[in-house]
Amino acid sequence: MTLLQARGLTKAYGPTPALSGADFALRAGEVVAVMGPSGSGKSTLLHCLAGIVRPDAGTLTYDGRDLTALSDTARSALRRTDFGFVFQFGQLVPELTCAENVALPLRLNGEKRKAAEARAVEWLARLEVDGTAGKRPGEISGGQGQRVAVARALVTAPRVIFADEPTGALDSLNGERVMRLLTEASRDTGAAVVLVTHEARVAAWSDREVVVRDGAVRDPERIA
Amino acid sequence: MTPRTWGRDLALGARFAATGGRSGILRTLLTAAGVGFGVALLLLASSLPSMLFQREVREAARAADASHEVADPRPDTFLHYTQYSSYRGTGLSGLLLKPEGPKAPVPPGTTRMPAEGEMFVSPALADLLASPDGALLRERLPYKAVGTIGEAGLIGPNELRYVAHAGFLTPDSYDGRAERYGWSVPEEPTNSFLLLLVVIAYVVLLLPVLVFIATAARFGGEQRDRRLAALRLVGADNATTRRIAAGESLAGALLGLVFGAGLFLVARQFAGTVEIWDVNAFPSDVVPETVLALLVLAVVPVASVAVTLLALRGVAIEPLGVVRAATPRRRRLWWRLLILAAGAALLVSAVGGVRIDETEIDALPIGAGTVLVLIGLTGLLPWLVEAAVKRLRGGPVSWQLAVRRLQLSSGTAARAVSGIVVAAAGAVALQMLFQAMEQDFTSSTGHDTTRAQLQTSLDARDGGEARRAIARLSAVLGVTGAIGTVDAYVHRAGPLKPGEEFAPIAQLSVGDCASLREYAELPSCADGDVFVVLPPKGATDAPDAGRVGETARPGARVALRDPQKHEAAVPLWRIPEDARTVTSRRDPAGLLRYGVFATPKSIDASRLDDPNAVVLVRLDPAVADAPELVRNAALAIDPTATVNGLSDTEQSSRFLSVRTGILVGSTLTMLLVAASLLVATLEQLRDRKRLLSSLVAFGTRRTTLCCSVLWQTAVPIAVGLALAVAGGLGLGSVLLAMTGQQVRDWWVFLPVVGVGAGLIAAVTLLSLPLLWRLMRADGLRTE
Amino acid sequence: MPSGQLYKVRIHAVYSDAMSIGHTLLGLLESGPRHGYDLKRAFDERFGHDRPLHYGQVYSTMSRLLKNGLVVVDGIEPGGGPERKRYAITDAGITDVAQWLATPEKPEPYLQSTLYTKVVLALLTGRAAAELLDTQRAEHLRLMRELTRRKRDGDLADQLICDHALFHLEADLRWLELTAARLDALAAEVRR
Repeated sequence: MTLLQARGLTKAYGPTPALSGADFALRAGEVVAVMGPSGSGKSTLLHCLAGIVRPDAGTLTYDGRDLTALSDTARSALRRTDFGFVFQFGQLVPELTCAENVALPLRLNGEKRKAAEARAVEWLARLEVDGTAGKRPGEISGGQGQRVAVARALVTAPRVIFADEPTGALDSLNGERVMRLLTEASRDTGAAVVLVTHEARVAAWSDREVVVRDGAVRDPERIA
Repeated sequence: MTPRTWGRDLALGARFAATGGRSGILRTLLTAAGVGFGVALLLLASSLPSMLFQREVREAARAADASHEVADPRPDTFLHYTQYSSYRGTGLSGLLLKPEGPKAPVPPGTTRMPAEGEMFVSPALADLLASPDGALLRERLPYKAVGTIGEAGLIGPNELRYVAHAGFLTPDSYDGRAERYGWSVPEEPTNSFLLLLVVIAYVVLLLPVLVFIATAARFGGEQRDRRLAALRLVGADNATTRRIAAGESLAGALLGLVFGAGLFLVARQFAGTVEIWDVNAFPSDVVPETVLALLVLAVVPVASVAVTLLALRGVAIEPLGVVRAATPRRRRLWWRLLILAAGAALLVSAVGGVRIDETEIDALPIGAGTVLVLIGLTGLLPWLVEAAVKRLRGGPVSWQLAVRRLQLSSGTAARAVSGIVVAAAGAVALQMLFQAMEQDFTSSTGHDTTRAQLQTSLDARDGGEARRAIARLSAVLGVTGAIGTVDAYVHRAGPLKPGEEFAPIAQLSVGDCASLREYAELPSCADGDVFVVLPPKGATDAPDAGRVGETARPGARVALRDPQKHEAAVPLWRIPEDARTVTSRRDPAGLLRYGVFATPKSIDASRLDDPNAVVLVRLDPAVADAPELVRNAALAIDPTATVNGLSDTEQSSRFLSVRTGILVGSTLTMLLVAASLLVATLEQLRDRKRLLSSLVAFGTRRTTLCCSVLWQTAVPIAVGLALAVAGGLGLGSVLLAMTGQQVRDWWVFLPVVGVGAGLIAAVTLLSLPLLWRLMRADGLRTE
Repeated sequence: MPSGQLYKVRIHAVYSDAMSIGHTLLGLLESGPRHGYDLKRAFDERFGHDRPLHYGQVYSTMSRLLKNGLVVVDGIEPGGGPERKRYAITDAGITDVAQWLATPEKPEPYLQSTLYTKVVLALLTGRAAAELLDTQRAEHLRLMRELTRRKRDGDLADQLICDHALFHLEADLRWLELTAARLDALAAEVRR
C-alpha cells in the first residue's frame, strides 16, 4: 500500500532551486534510502515529504490526504501524531533529561506527564539507553544521544519516520548501532522510514534506495 | 604583567571590537548604545546640583542689592519692589522699579531703564500675553511691553518675568532703595533633601549601567568565544585572552562614553523646554559637577574592564573552545545578606539625622548605605531566582521548557534582570520619599481650604480705604465669601521702660463679628465689642500670653502710631475695661492671631496708622478663573498687594511631576535592561536554531514555544520585581525614617510593577518575529 | 541475480587469493598437530564460507610446506592418502607465520582495472557511461544490503568479515560517485 506519494515536487529557496521535479513513493513499513551528493536536495525532499516545508509545485498525498492543501496547524498536528523525526544533531533540548526529551512528543499530544515519561523510559530501554533517563543530553555520548532521538521519534508509534543523516555525526560502530536499532524498531512497529544519507553503508540498511541528483529524483520503483 | 602588556592586549581587543565582523560590530554598538544612554543619564544627574545652583546665582545676580542701605535718593539710585504672583498655577515674578535719577543702573537682561508705564517681559511671558490665554494677565499688568528680558535677567528660559517702571513706588512702599544689582552670591548648592535625592538618583542610575555593561560583556558570546579560543590556539595565554576580551568591552564602553557625552549635549539643549518641579534651565547652566563627571569618565571604562574579567571568571578559555563551568558554583546566601545588612545598618544609623531644611547632609553614609542595599539586593537576586526556580515543577510543556532552562542557567537571566532590581527598587524608594514629601507639604501648611482659598493683603492709607478694599474684593465674580479685617499695630503708650529699645506692640484687627470669629473663639459678639485675644496655651508659634498682655490688656491705653517715629501728636486709644479676654483660633492659613480685636463701632478705623486690609476669600469652584479675578482686583486696588493661594493643589502637581519624572527615568533604565534581556533572548534563540527547527519538525505548536519564551522572561523579572518592591519599600521606609517622615502609601510600587509587566510583554513580543523565522525549516538545512 | 552472484564470487575470490592458504594452514597447525582432513575442515569452518578447499589444494600446499621444512609428518593413519597424514608445525613454520602476520597486505585497486576499462570503453564507443555507473552502484548497494542483512543475523565473526567487505564496497562506491562526477572531464580526455 502506498502511504506517501509525491509527484513533480519543486521547491526553491530564493533564486536557488532545491528540488526540481521530484517523484517519490513510500509503501507502508518499507525503509527507503534517499541518496545523493551534498546539495542535491535530499534534505529538502525530506522536509517536503514530512510537511515541514510546503513545496512550490507538485502533488503530495499522505494516506489519501493532500498534504499541500493542509494548513500549517494541521500539518503540525499530523507530524505530531503520524511522523517521527531523527536529525543529525542538535535535536534534544539540552535542559531536559533524556526521559523528558523522549516524553516531549507525547506531552505535546496532550498525554499526562507521568504516563508519558513512563513510556519514554520503556523506549529508552528498548533502544539500549535506559541508563540515560535521568541525564541531560550534555552528559551522554553522541551515539547515546542519537538513540535517545530515535526513541523520541518512535515513542508516538508513528507510521513514518524521517531520518536525516541520523549517523552523520557518529563513528562507524555507533552509527551501525543506531541504524540497527532504528531499522529493527521501525520494523517491529511497522513504521516506514525515509532515510536521508550520503553514506552507502548507512543506505545499505534500507530496503531500496532513490537517488537525488540536482533536485531531481530517480526512483526506479516510482508508482506509475 | 606590565602596564604595557595590559595596554597592548586591551588595544588588540578594542581592534577586534571594531573589526569583528558584522556581529562583532553590532555587539560593540549595542554596548556603546547602552553605555551611552547610561552615561548621558549620569551626566544629567550630575548636572542637577549645578543647574539648581546656577538658578540661585542668576536669581541673586539680577536682584537689587539690598546688602547695604542707601538712605537718600541720588542720581544713580532707584526704588525697587519684587512682586510674586501666579497665573493659572504658574509662578510669575516682576521687578518694579522707579529710578531716582538718570544714572540709575539698567536692570539685568534689559537694554535700558524702561520709561514710566513700560515693561520688559521674558520671552515666555511675551508669548503668554500675546496668546488668548493671557487675557486676564494683560489686565493685571498695566504696563506696555517694550522689549524682552535677556538671559542675564532670567533664571530659566520658561520663566514668567517682567521688569516694569512703576511710578507709584514711594520710599514708603518700596522693598528698598538700591544703587546696583547683584545680591551676595550663594556659595553652596542647597538643601539636604535635594542632595539626598541626587545621591540616590546617582546610585540608582549608575548601578543599572554597570549591570548593563556586565550583560553587554556577554553579548555575542558564542562568536567571541570562538575568537578567544582561536587566540588561545595561536598561543595567547589565559590572562592575555581575558585582557583582550576586556579590551573588546572597553572599546564599547569608550564608544559609549563618546556617544553618551554627545547625547548629553543634545539633551541639555532641551533643558529649557522641560520643566520639572517648576525648574527649567538654560542649556549653558546644565554643566556636570566636575568631580561627578570625572567619576563617570573613570568609572565606566574601569567598570567595563573589571566586569568583563569578573564575568569570565567561571569560564575556561581553552584553545579548542570555551568551557563554562559545568556545575555552576553553588550560590551562597550569607555574603549577599551581609552586604544588605551592612547597607541597612549604615542607613539606620543615619535615621533622624537629616532635616529637610538643613543644608548640610552626611551624604557619605547615606550614599554608601543606599549603594550597599541596592548591591545587596542585586546580589540576592541570582540566589533568589535559583531558589525560586528550583522549586518549580510540573505544568505544561512550555512551562517545563522554560523552567528547566532557568534551572540550568538561572545566572544569565538573573544577571540581565538585576538591573531591573536596582532601577525598580530605587524608583520605589524615591516614589515613597516623594509621596511622603508631597503629603507632608500639603498637611504641614495647615491651610484649611474649606474656610478660604485665597489670602489677600493690601496696603491702605487709612481704615476707610481698607474697608472699601474689602468690599470691592467681596464683590469680585466667583467670590462667595470674604473674611476681612483692617489690621494695624498698636503700641504701649507712655515712655520706654529701662532696658527697652522700643515700646511693646500688639496687633489690632478691626472687623465684623463673622470675620473675627475666624480668628478667635468668641462666646458672643455684637458690634461695639472689643476683645483681648491671647494665644492658646502651649502654642509653639506664638509668644506667651504675658508678652501679649503687656500691650493688649483691658483698660490699657495704647498708641495708634509708633511713638518713636512720630514724636508729635500720637493718637491714643483706650481698650475698654469691659473688653473680654478670649483665646485665639487658627485662621484658614493655619496661623494664630492675637492682640486686640475690635468691631467697627468700637473704634474709628480711619484713625489707624498705615493699616493693611487682610482678606481671606472663599471661591466658587465653578468659576475657574476666580483666583485670577481676585488677583487682578487686588492689584488694581493696590499694585503692591500680595495674594497667596491657600489651596495645596499647586504643591501636589509639582510633586506629581517629580514622581512622573522618576517613573519615566526608572522606566528608561528598565528599558535599557529590557534591551539587554531582549538581546540575550534573541541570541539564545539564534544559538538554538537547529533545536527549534527540529522541535517544530515533530509538531511542536508555535504557541508552546512562544509561551516558553514568555515564561523564561517572566519568571526572572517577576522574581526580580518582587525583590525590588520588597527592597524598595524597605529602603524607602528607612530613608523616610531618616528624614523623620511616615510612610503614607505602601502602594507606590504599582506603576513600577506595571512597567515591569510591560517589559515582559515587550521582550516576549519583540523576540517573536525571530522565533517565528527560526521556526521555519531552514534551521534544519545542513547543506 | 546473475551479475550479483558474479560479483560476490569475484570479490570473494579476490579476498581468498589475497590470503595465503599456506599461511592459514600453518597457523591452524600452531595449536597442535592435525590430520589433513582435519585441517581442511577447520579451514572451511573458519574461512571457507562460500568456497570450500579441495583436498588436492590441501595436499599440494602441505607438500610445499613439507618441502620447505615448515611442517613435518607426525604420523600416518592406516588407509593411505595425504589426508591420512598427521602434520605438525616446525620452529621455522612458527617463525614464518609470525612473519606473515607482521607484514601488512599490499593495498590493491580491486575494481579499478575492470570498471575503468568498461567506462573508458563506454565513452569511446559513445555508450551511456553514467548509466553504467548507476547500474553498478545499484548492484553494489544490492550486495551491501545483503551483507548488512547477513551481518545483522550473524555472529561477531560474520560481522567483522561482512564489514570488511562493506567498507571495501563503500570505497568502490565512492570511487563510482567521484567518477560519475568527473565523467565529463574524463570523456574530454578520452576523446582527445
